[in-house]
Amino acid sequence: MANVLVVAEVRGGELRKVALEAVTAARVLADQSGGGSVHAVLAGAPGIAAKAGALALHGADSVLVLEHAGFAMYNPEALATTIAQRLSGGAYGYALFSATSHGRDLSPRVAAKLGAGLVPDVTGFRVEGGAVVGEHPQNNGKVVATLSLSGAPALIQVRPAAFQPAENAKPLVTESMASAVDPDASRVKTVELKQGGGGKIDLNDAPVIVAGGRGLKAAENFKLCEDLADAFGNAAVGATRAVTDEGWRPHTDQIGQTGRNVSPNLYIGVGISGAIQHLAGMRTSKTIVAINKDKDAPIFKIADYGIVGDAFEIMPALTAAVKAARAQG
Amino acid sequence: MKIAVCIKRVPVMEVKFAITADGSRVDETGLKYDVNDFDLWAIEAGLQLKEKNGNVGEVVVITLGTDAAQEQIRKALAMGADRGVLLQADRAPADGLAVARALAAELKDGGYDLILCGRIAIDSMNQMTGPMIAELLDVPCVTNVFRLEVAGATGRAERVLEGGSEVVEFPLPALLTIDDGLNKERLPSLKGIMAAKKKPLDVRPAQFGDAHVVVAKMSLPAERAAGRILGDSAAAVPELIRLLQTEAKVL
Repeated sequence: MANVLVVAEVRGGELRKVALEAVTAARVLADQSGGGSVHAVLAGAPGIAAKAGALALHGADSVLVLEHAGFAMYNPEALATTIAQRLSGGAYGYALFSATSHGRDLSPRVAAKLGAGLVPDVTGFRVEGGAVVGEHPQNNGKVVATLSLSGAPALIQVRPAAFQPAENAKPLVTESMASAVDPDASRVKTVELKQGGGGKIDLNDAPVIVAGGRGLKAAENFKLCEDLADAFGNAAVGATRAVTDEGWRPHTDQIGQTGRNVSPNLYIGVGISGAIQHLAGMRTSKTIVAINKDKDAPIFKIADYGIVGDAFEIMPALTAAVKAARAQG
Repeated sequence: MKIAVCIKRVPVMEVKFAITADGSRVDETGLKYDVNDFDLWAIEAGLQLKEKNGNVGEVVVITLGTDAAQEQIRKALAMGADRGVLLQADRAPADGLAVARALAAELKDGGYDLILCGRIAIDSMNQMTGPMIAELLDVPCVTNVFRLEVAGATGRAERVLEGGSEVVEFPLPALLTIDDGLNKERLPSLKGIMAAKKKPLDVRPAQFGDAHVVVAKMSLPAERAAGRILGDSAAAVPELIRLLQTEAKVL
């Protein structure tokens, strides 16, 4: 039996979907290791405690609330010190983080403070004879490393969308947690949060992604992607590196080897030929649709459904059809 | 300004990878190697900062690997770095903290104003070396930097988030991990390539310490089956909608 500490990711005072995924994964880990407790850390400005309910609903036995104005924005130094201190007492077998910009910044700091092992960005894991065994994509996702992690606490990052949030309601129990150091004394200060790239929904949170490539020919033609994303209602707009290099979309929208890795339920690639670097970032999407006028474009090799044709003709028709289908559904 | 840049020799990705018969690692037969993309942007950032600072100071390139990685150090020297250090090891450990310890031991007494790393190495995809080194050295750390201003002893950076960004202020000395979008790397000139041959390159053994993470096995992911082409015009849209509703169940 081992307890699990899970760090629930918050941005702009809101819990992110990855936090619910991480708590779901933490519950699986606690149950696999013989029925330990799941303690979720919820850090934010005063008032963040109001978000604790969703963590209990997804399986947290206890929510450790770390409220301080100094945590209104991401405060990696104070958070890492506080989490490392909590983990150092021997009460936890595992600590779980999201493999996001924040989680991949925070967890290595905690691991280094503790001298603990960290398995990065796992798409799945199991407990085997006390060790955590996790699958970690490498080489652009073309190779999977199965990594074994021993020692306690064992730190694990879970890849966004690898675990679907599952309800597993526990009574809401909160405990207030003090920062181990003065949060205002951190050397690294986050002074501004800029929400949203070009899309209205975060690429890693969106169940549907409409991504555009150089085939769209100009920045203003991304309106076609925005319109289709709006028709879905729950879609984000992404782009290829060629597009962000041209300045048609912000760099934060880039999907691929040098950008974000995404795994939505539905990915629609428009005017994207499918350079290997782009495919690396989206090949784990559940369903892939490609629209491209070149029938030999590599993206068709991994797409479930393809239309070989003119995006400027097909996109408005698709947007109208999605609107109609959703109006009926 | 004294700047260290940590770089890595990685395989060029445009190949089909294979796994050795014992399932323990990637088969290196036929692989070509280059400097990790993100590390090239870190080298470029270091060179630009030194140039803006009146070319006073030093850009030192450090890598961990086999003797073959001297090739990647020479490339950085040809771009304009001043000297290189190879921390020699037969194989980089799977444990990111062990790698960070070896690099931190080299960096510890270097008196660097800035330590730059790429955001992620595209082979191991660990993305943990930078922040771990920063912790081991107790210096401020900002990851995923795509905008950067350094003035005197303070810096201001913008870092990538999923669908957003953060503006971060920090004092020097500091460690930064460099993301796509900050710059494009310069090509080594012929003059640079000639000069690189004469620049110092020290080789010493890497010191890793204990490791908690080991590779149990390596495998290839299941191939995605090629799908169906539904048509060549908007006439295919109704069929696409039908399949998204009934087969893929995503609409």
